[in-house]
Amino acid sequence: MDEEYDVIVLGTGLTECILSGLLSVEGKKVLHMDRNDYYGGDSASLNLTQLYRKFRPDQAPPAELGRDRDYAIDLIPKFIIASGELTKILVHTNVTRYLEFKQIAGSFVYRDGRISKVPSTEMEAVKSPLMGLFEKRRAKQFFEFLQNWKDDDPATHQGRNLDTEPMESIYAYFKLEPGTQDFIGHAMALYLDDDYKKKPARQTYNRIILYTSSMARWGKSPYLYPLYGLGELPQAFARLSAIYGGTYMLDKKVDEIVLDSQGKFVGVRSGDETVKAKQVIGDPSYFGAGATGAGAGKMRVVEEHKVVRAICILKHPIPGTDDSDSAQIIIPQNQVGRRNDIYIAMVSSTHNVCSKDIYVAIVSTIIETDKPELEIRPGLELLGPIHEKFVSISPLFTPTSSGKEDNIFITRSYDATSHFETVVEDVQDVWKRVMGSDLVLKEREIEPTE
Amino acid sequence: MSRQYQFKLVLLGESAVGKSSLVLRFVKDQFDDYRESTIGAAFLTQTVQLDDQTTIRFEIWDTAGQERYKSLAPMYYRNANCAVVVYDITQSASLEKARSWIRELQRQADPSIIIALCGNKTDLEARRQVTQEEAKKYAEEEGLMWCEASAKTGEGVQDIFMAIAKKLPLSAPQSQKGQARAGGQPRGVDLSSKPAAEQDGCNC
Ligand SMILES: Nc1nc2c(ncn2[C@@H]2O[C@H](COP(=O)(O)OP(=O)(O)OP(=O)(O)O)[C@@H](O)[C@H]2O)c(=O)[nH]1
Ligand SMILES: [Mg+2]
Repeated sequence: MDEEYDVIVLGTGLTECILSGLLSVEGKKVLHMDRNDYYGGDSASLNLTQLYRKFRPDQAPPAELGRDRDYAIDLIPKFIIASGELTKILVHTNVTRYLEFKQIAGSFVYRDGRISKVPSTEMEAVKSPLMGLFEKRRAKQFFEFLQNWKDDDPATHQGRNLDTEPMESIYAYFKLEPGTQDFIGHAMALYLDDDYKKKPARQTYNRIILYTSSMARWGKSPYLYPLYGLGELPQAFARLSAIYGGTYMLDKKVDEIVLDSQGKFVGVRSGDETVKAKQVIGDPSYFGAGATGAGAGKMRVVEEHKVVRAICILKHPIPGTDDSDSAQIIIPQNQVGRRNDIYIAMVSSTHNVCSKDIYVAIVSTIIETDKPELEIRPGLELLGPIHEKFVSISPLFTPTSSGKEDNIFITRSYDATSHFETVVEDVQDVWKRVMGSDLVLKEREIEPTE
Repeated sequence: MSRQYQFKLVLLGESAVGKSSLVLRFVKDQFDDYRESTIGAAFLTQTVQLDDQTTIRFEIWDTAGQERYKSLAPMYYRNANCAVVVYDITQSASLEKARSWIRELQRQADPSIIIALCGNKTDLEARRQVTQEEAKKYAEEEGLMWCEASAKTGEGVQDIFMAIAKKLPLSAPQSQKGQARAGGQPRGVDLSSKPAAEQDGCNC
């Protein structure tokens, strides 16, 4: 290992694997290491053995759940927005050839004690119990306003200005009820809290357009999901990296980030070997996150907040979802007196992530009190009888410096959002810090053989 | 009516035994004496005509070097219908490595996977270290197909893939991917298909 690399990447989570793949395609010499003997880091999907080892080390998985190999349980619940940024990267890098996607069957929202489908067609909207008759009319005008908006045509603006007016004033202009605002802001624009209402309407507009165009793409819901679980995504990008010369080492202990006398990155020490590189990229766990005591290394990340996630194994579809084989359910914060939304993401054997007749639902939210399990109760209560439940509390870390001074570039933890848009934002951010220029997805020549 | 069946084939074996060379010979009928370790093209397809009714399309996955430090992703084996595990007849250590790959496949891959053990570089007969008997005996014990070939001369190369094609179950369930395609239905969701609405104003 006396070779020298351009970039060492630590951790094989999705963010790191996308970066590794893109950097290799760009011609960088990449060494990618992970302390685990599996791909995916925090964004891995686990089989039953791995799941029990993680959550219940002294218990074997019960035989009645079926074959170990049929399981791929996500640790972080997220879906791919059909017209979103991750889709663009998947298509441009051609890693779609290693993956197969299915739709998420439905997107639901909680209102006044029950769940309803977020309408995916005009017909569904007309029939939806989410709004009364007059409210439907007002909502229709609101959506037509958004769909018809053209920046350079003031006639479409109805005297509004998306860049200077806060979203709440647009809602007020269309006289939308608070419950309708909840459903638009949280189930369509996918905001986790209500801060957006005071901010310029432009971002909300962009998010609603993203949602509706994603919905229009394949119908049913705006979300896609890779067969065999989300853990396939990092593996696919790792393969891309390897094909372009990236070197992979799993199950490799990382003992030290080696610095020179000025504190700049020199290399990574594992045991008594040190591999050198110009730059290092890694997830927070390699830079002090979660570590304590002497020898933990320098802390280069801070905790922003914590997320509680409950992986629930069910033997039935979620009640009220029309027996959907997969679903997202959003409980807007206002509806249950919180500051942050509660999310439910559910997949099943249709997506090759568990045995037949098993459903895996993950309930999650940003923690606001010292009783996180109580906070997700409104979500758990929607699930019906829960067969098995695995609860985890994860601090979310963000880097303390940009890497400009020391050539150490740290990614962020996977957040509480229900999709991958912020993961791609992080990829773009790290890319810019590492490369000094924006990430541009060039149309590249497809591998000569296809 | 002729039908096309698609199968995923993975290659395994120690570095430099000639995995990529065998594929290059099979797919393009070419050989390169100074081939570098695989970079760039690790995904190829080739069809073989089984009879006038039936063609078999192999979707061929090469390891892309991820196996070098035992870091092959489970995705690589997933849904593989067949595997060609290659050793170099002039290197007995490479047969040992092949055995460990076969154990790995038996553990990780679909139980119905068809495995072919293939001794490459028969053009270097003078330097042979692995006898035919030894390899054949092992293959029989493990219920594997066995063959020898030379990517350099081309001898035996087509035969490997043809023999595998004949063994593949055309009626029994294939991998999900293969089945959907063979049945002519669209497989999953095609992300690269552009929605009608987006086709004009798209600046991506
Ligand atoms: N004489 C001879 N040389 C061969 C034959 N097949 C491959 N080679 C040579 O063996 C070397 C390695 O071949 P590759 O096809 O790159 O081997 P590989 O198994 O793909 O190696 P990795 O990609 O590193 O895993 C190259 O120099 C080839 O030219 C053969 O049948 N006969
Ligand atoms: Mg090769």
